[in-house]
Amino acid sequence: MAAHLKKRVYEEFTKVVQQQHEDLSAKKLRLTKPSKSAALHVDLCKATSPADALQYLLQFARKPVEVESVEGVVRILLEHYYKENDASVRLKIASLLGLLSKTAGFSPDCIMDDAINTLQNEKSHQVLAQLLDTLLVIGTKLTENPSVRMRLVDVACKHLTDSSHGVRNKCLQLIGCLGPVEKGVAKDAESQAAKDVQKIIGDHFNDQDPRVRTAAIKAMLQLHERGLKLQQAIYSQACKLLADDYEQVRSAAVQLIWVLSQLYPESIVPIPSSNEEIRLVDDAFGKICHMVSDGSWVVRVQAAKLLGSMQQVSSHFLEQTLDKKLMSDLRRKRTAHERAKELYSSGEFSSGRKWGDDAPKEEVDTGAVNLIESGACGAFVHGLEDEMYEVRIAAVEALCMLAQSSPSFAEKCLDFLVDMFNDEIEEVRLQSIHTMRKISHNITLREDQLDTVLAVLEDSSRDIREALHELLCCTNVSTKEGIHLALVELLKNLTKYPTDRESIWKCLKFLGSRHPTLVLPLVPELLSTHPFFDTPEPDMDDPAYIAVLVLIFNAAKSCPTMPALFSDHTFRHYAYLRDSLSHLVPPLRLPGRKLVSSPASPSITPHEDPSQQFLHQSLERVYNLQHLDPQGIQELLEFTIRDLQRLGELQSELAGMADFTATYLQCQLLLIKALQEKLWNVAAPLYLKQNALASAAAKQILEETYKMEFMYSGVESRQVVIIHHMRLQAKALQLIVTARTTRGVEPLFGMCEKFLQEVDSFQRCFISELPHMQGSFVDKLLDLMPRLVTSKPSEVVKILQTTLRQSTFLHLPLPEQLHRATANIIEPTGESDNPLRFTSGLVVALDVDATLEHVQDPQGTVKVQVLYPDGQAQIIHPKPADFRNPGPGRHRLITQVYLSHTAWTEPCQIEVRLLLAYNSNRSKASAKLPKSTWSESLEALPQSENGIEGTIPFSKPVKVYIMPKPARR
Amino acid sequence: TAAGAGQDVGRSCILVSIAGKNVMLDCGMHMGYNDDRRFPDFSYITQNGRLTDFLDCVIISHFHLDHCGALPYFSEMVGYDGPIYMTHPTKAICPILLEDYRKITVDKKGEINFFTSQMIKDCMKKVVAVHLHQTVQVDEELEIKAYYAGHVLGAAMFQIKVGCESVVYTGDYNMTPDRHLGAAWIDKCRPDLLITESTYATTIRDSKRCRERDFLKKVHETVERGGKVLIPVFALGRAQELCILLETFWERMNLKAPIYFSTGLTEKANHYYKLFITWTNQKIRKTFVQRNMFEFKHIKAFDRAFADNPGPMVVFATPGMLHAGQSLQIFKKWAGNEKNMVIMPGYCVQGTVGHKILSGQRKLEMEGRQILEVKMQVEYMSFSAHADAKGIMQLIRQAEPRNVLLVHGEAKKMEFLKQKIEQEFHVSCYMPANGETTTIFTNPSIPVDISLGLLKRETALGLLPDVKKPQLMHGTLMMKDNSFRLVSPEQALKELGLAEHQLRFTCRVHIQDPRKEHETVLRVYNHLKGQDYSVQHLPDGSIMVESILIQATAHSEDQGTKVLLVSWTYQDEELGSYLTSLLKKGLPPSTS
Repeated sequence: MAAHLKKRVYEEFTKVVQQQHEDLSAKKLRLTKPSKSAALHVDLCKATSPADALQYLLQFARKPVEVESVEGVVRILLEHYYKENDASVRLKIASLLGLLSKTAGFSPDCIMDDAINTLQNEKSHQVLAQLLDTLLVIGTKLTENPSVRMRLVDVACKHLTDSSHGVRNKCLQLIGCLGPVEKGVAKDAESQAAKDVQKIIGDHFNDQDPRVRTAAIKAMLQLHERGLKLQQAIYSQACKLLADDYEQVRSAAVQLIWVLSQLYPESIVPIPSSNEEIRLVDDAFGKICHMVSDGSWVVRVQAAKLLGSMQQVSSHFLEQTLDKKLMSDLRRKRTAHERAKELYSSGEFSSGRKWGDDAPKEEVDTGAVNLIESGACGAFVHGLEDEMYEVRIAAVEALCMLAQSSPSFAEKCLDFLVDMFNDEIEEVRLQSIHTMRKISHNITLREDQLDTVLAVLEDSSRDIREALHELLCCTNVSTKEGIHLALVELLKNLTKYPTDRESIWKCLKFLGSRHPTLVLPLVPELLSTHPFFDTPEPDMDDPAYIAVLVLIFNAAKSCPTMPALFSDHTFRHYAYLRDSLSHLVPPLRLPGRKLVSSPASPSITPHEDPSQQFLHQSLERVYNLQHLDPQGIQELLEFTIRDLQRLGELQSELAGMADFTATYLQCQLLLIKALQEKLWNVAAPLYLKQNALASAAAKQILEETYKMEFMYSGVESRQVVIIHHMRLQAKALQLIVTARTTRGVEPLFGMCEKFLQEVDSFQRCFISELPHMQGSFVDKLLDLMPRLVTSKPSEVVKILQTTLRQSTFLHLPLPEQLHRATANIIEPTGESDNPLRFTSGLVVALDVDATLEHVQDPQGTVKVQVLYPDGQAQIIHPKPADFRNPGPGRHRLITQVYLSHTAWTEPCQIEVRLLLAYNSNRSKASAKLPKSTWSESLEALPQSENGIEGTIPFSKPVKVYIMPKPARR
Repeated sequence: TAAGAGQDVGRSCILVSIAGKNVMLDCGMHMGYNDDRRFPDFSYITQNGRLTDFLDCVIISHFHLDHCGALPYFSEMVGYDGPIYMTHPTKAICPILLEDYRKITVDKKGEINFFTSQMIKDCMKKVVAVHLHQTVQVDEELEIKAYYAGHVLGAAMFQIKVGCESVVYTGDYNMTPDRHLGAAWIDKCRPDLLITESTYATTIRDSKRCRERDFLKKVHETVERGGKVLIPVFALGRAQELCILLETFWERMNLKAPIYFSTGLTEKANHYYKLFITWTNQKIRKTFVQRNMFEFKHIKAFDRAFADNPGPMVVFATPGMLHAGQSLQIFKKWAGNEKNMVIMPGYCVQGTVGHKILSGQRKLEMEGRQILEVKMQVEYMSFSAHADAKGIMQLIRQAEPRNVLLVHGEAKKMEFLKQKIEQEFHVSCYMPANGETTTIFTNPSIPVDISLGLLKRETALGLLPDVKKPQLMHGTLMMKDNSFRLVSPEQALKELGLAEHQLRFTCRVHIQDPRKEHETVLRVYNHLKGQDYSVQHLPDGSIMVESILIQATAHSEDQGTKVLLVSWTYQDEELGSYLTSLLKKGLPPSTS
């Protein structure tokens, strides 16, 4: 065997050398690949001591190896392996073998035999373990081959008796990853084998080494993941492992138990020490609950997390998790929660606590008190009080998941969640608020709970307050006092943190529309109307007053009797607010008033279809009328663009689509206009004027195409092709224009070549789409390609010109969903007249708060631009942490921009706006193409095309008044 | 032996004799007494002779006076020169408290025959500070190790180990974390005895959160109303917790009302709290890089003049039971206004002003016969840092001791807990009274050195070693020079200079067989070949089954009877006797 190997190696080696001599000059690239293995061989032969060899191997490992030469390298390594006496070198070789067999495109089955052979003769445990690891890599690459797998599993089983934990570890891992999982193919043999694997792994649950035990459990879990149905018998074994001394084992065991409880939720297990029986899922639930008070926090986190996903548990057990029997001096005590509830139900609300209020009531039967319950008692109480906030967060999450599936549990856990609002760690508070929001459809807050919840409104953290507003948006409140309380607290919040305005208004909007009947009795008080006297008209610009009105108007929407209580100015204010804050104030049917919006509101739904139809019709019209006279086309396009733009303004759902098509048509229009210029054939000196127009058009089209490609989410590859096509046309136009205006031919050469390369890459990228583009510019261009390549630039330009004119324009298919990325800067508002003063040379921080919609990957693309009056522009990259994600497609940017400038004599305005950065490399179409084509085209692409980076402004600029003062000496 | 704190709270002092070593755990004083009873009775330890000779070391679990109050008395006045172990924070704070205690007893009450400042200093010189989880070798055999215990800064549980016997002493501990300290934790050390406190043996407490929330709400409301809040506290422990609680709340809610802390000992103590960040809880440890939580932003030192300032404020003042000092002065000033509030954060002893107002008395008679009408609100909030019954059980579950001993609690309550422990963990539980000695028998395992060659040989023979099952192995146990060694028989023989003897069993089996001897042998051979052993037919006419020799000879008298001689060494006893019994059953009828 070895001799044969040697022969093969030398064969290859010599072959390599030959190649080296032969085509040294011809192909340099090819050369390095085979010589690598040769170099390795030479190095290894040279190596005098094991340390040297190790060094060579380490160096070797740093460089990647090409697919073709992997086998050769492997042979050399194996060769050396047999000769090597030093274990560390063998170890390195073994690990290299594993690495090499990972190489894509290399089929490692040829190594396998050798690896297994070496395994038999190996003495060192570490090397053995590494070899097994290599086998694992090989095995995972050859998963489709059952015989290979069987063989590897056999090998692993053989080495399971090894005395080193590392080897046993790896064996178990191997079995876990490769053990047979198919069932029922050949009933006897296969299932027998499957059973065997489980049994083999199960035997190692009691291994003396904790690492091996962990590996065994992990292997079992791996088997489960691969689809093998674990046997129920493992359950009792796993339960024993829960009491293991080592935390990794316990942690893994908890997982295993969870898996089993999901597999056999309904089977019955006996309770030891009594003859009762319970469902397995309940038993497992109890056991995992028990682990929530484990000594290691890793296990606690794990247990708490898993609890959340055990939804089949019976409600009896579930409710126990929140139960902790209090006692004091052996007498039963009520929890503070129970007392609060009682206080509430007895009607007296705010009574101070007296000493002894919590005095224990009844005697507890000493026998009945079970201090360490076997069941689930108080698991969450412990989890929520845990020392580590990781555990607390996990517990809150679990509570959330369980409460979502069980309304009664949600009701019960409310008290605890409310308590968590006062946790010392902000993440935990935030998490519990979010949780509460998620389960809010199941619960109604009591007044005392609401009180605690509202107390958090004064939190100085903006995230917390906003989360709380969101929560209040979807909370059910039980009484009118509750609503009043909420309103009062929100107004307090408003005065303390005026920046929360928007969020508070929105919150009140929902609060109002959810509880119209509760708001009704509060109206006179809130509007401070009096039955006899006219009260002064409140200030319309007061945010607090607006807040109250928002609440009332939203309640009035479903409560027709309410407007009767309004006074005159209220109606006036309504009209004002309906216009200025239309997203917050709903249309109301007010007596004696004809409102434009009120008839519109019911007819919104049927209206949708016609507008969509209109969109399609107008597009249809454009596409059909291709052979009108140029003037007609231009006019039609202009009209259609106008229509579309108006449509986009009217119908927010269609805005994206309408804008998108309008932009496209605009491009088309520009192109046509440029081509329709009468001056194309005029002599050179007259080009100048026409040149300005055409090149400007070309430039604008280019810009617009980038906008189309990157500013809209939901653009599919079909659209991308057309956008690129349009861009190509624009480039052609540019080429023509430059060709006409510049004298001399030299610069044109480069440009032509570049253009042709672009055409080439376009063809390569979108080869699949070409059939759809009959009669288009590209189609014709590609037909003419052979001619173009050989002809002179001037001819090329001529050809391009004619093709451009003759080409029909492409139908732009619309995708299902198309949204335009928009950004709205909320802060700074740009209304302030007070300049922001700071000493020149120092920096001032400007808070920027903006909402982004339909932006993909805002962290990477959104930038803030600051334009100074002197034309200096500064682009700031916000930190990833400054972006929050409140909902799908929505992002919020809250960041600080640092400004600085030299001294000015008087305050001046700077502009702040958001930019969307793009990079043509990240073009969506290219990303969708298979990897190989992409990399090829990347190689072929010229450098300039590679990384066109640019930015699109996508928000309205906001002006900020600043005043850098000269520094005082 | 419990010299103090047996079935009682206060003057903790426990003596442990473990494998010939004597260790004293804690050396506390009793708050309730002012005579000799306040200190533990050290005459229990030894009647005559110096304590230093008798005790190997003293361990102090934390700085509370009921755990360290008698230390100077013990070391300087009674006389002890051995090592005293405590954690670093304890060592730092302990002398401050002792000094304070000395001042009160000597300077204020005018007692004589009490320890002096110098004695405290001398005593502290004997202290050896230990780190958490650091194993300290007191001498060759005795080692101690500290675990985190919560309760107060620097509180620790100690594991005392001699050979393979071990005791864990918990001191006071807390299993639920609070605002500044984490929860007690111990690994599965499986001690022979766990000595645990049992202050709240019969209580299961409510969640801490409710209490905290209530506390904050009350303070917040009063401050918003413009009222003043007085919180009488003891200088260390709870005071810091409440400070942190209020500080973070102020921070969160952006409140502006001032918070004051009456000066004195607290400042020094706060200083140490700032230093020993590693002993605090997760939150403080994680955030101290930005800001040390004990560097209070909103809490300032209190000056007497501030009490008359208008507007809302919160004041922490000592002492905690409103019986004297600053807290009482402030209380008198503020009691008349119903907008103000006093919050008692802990238990008050009967007879103090604190106790009176808590029990609802609205008119107090002060010294000088004047009557103080209490209009301010009185609130009670209990913040305690002892483990409750559930916590104790949890600790027992974590440590898995073989025996439990309860101290530092009331007898009646301990009884209940004892019963529970025995019921749930099936371990025996003790609760000695003061002066009572409890003896616990351990089942020590004796370590034996085994030669590597023998171990390898034996493991190669048998299956994989199994944790749970004891395994049988051949070897010789040598007891020599007070050490045990397990060696292979050959080596033992060599070392002892003895020749090897072989013990052989021989047995004769009579078989009726008229044929020739070698035929008989052949028959036997054929018969035995069916078994699972390696059977060889030797040329000299005998059979070897593994190492057992079988020979057949004709009976001297009766040629028809053959005598089968079976011979084996005692190692093969099992196989030998099996073969004999097999042969005794007779041979199957010959086929040839």
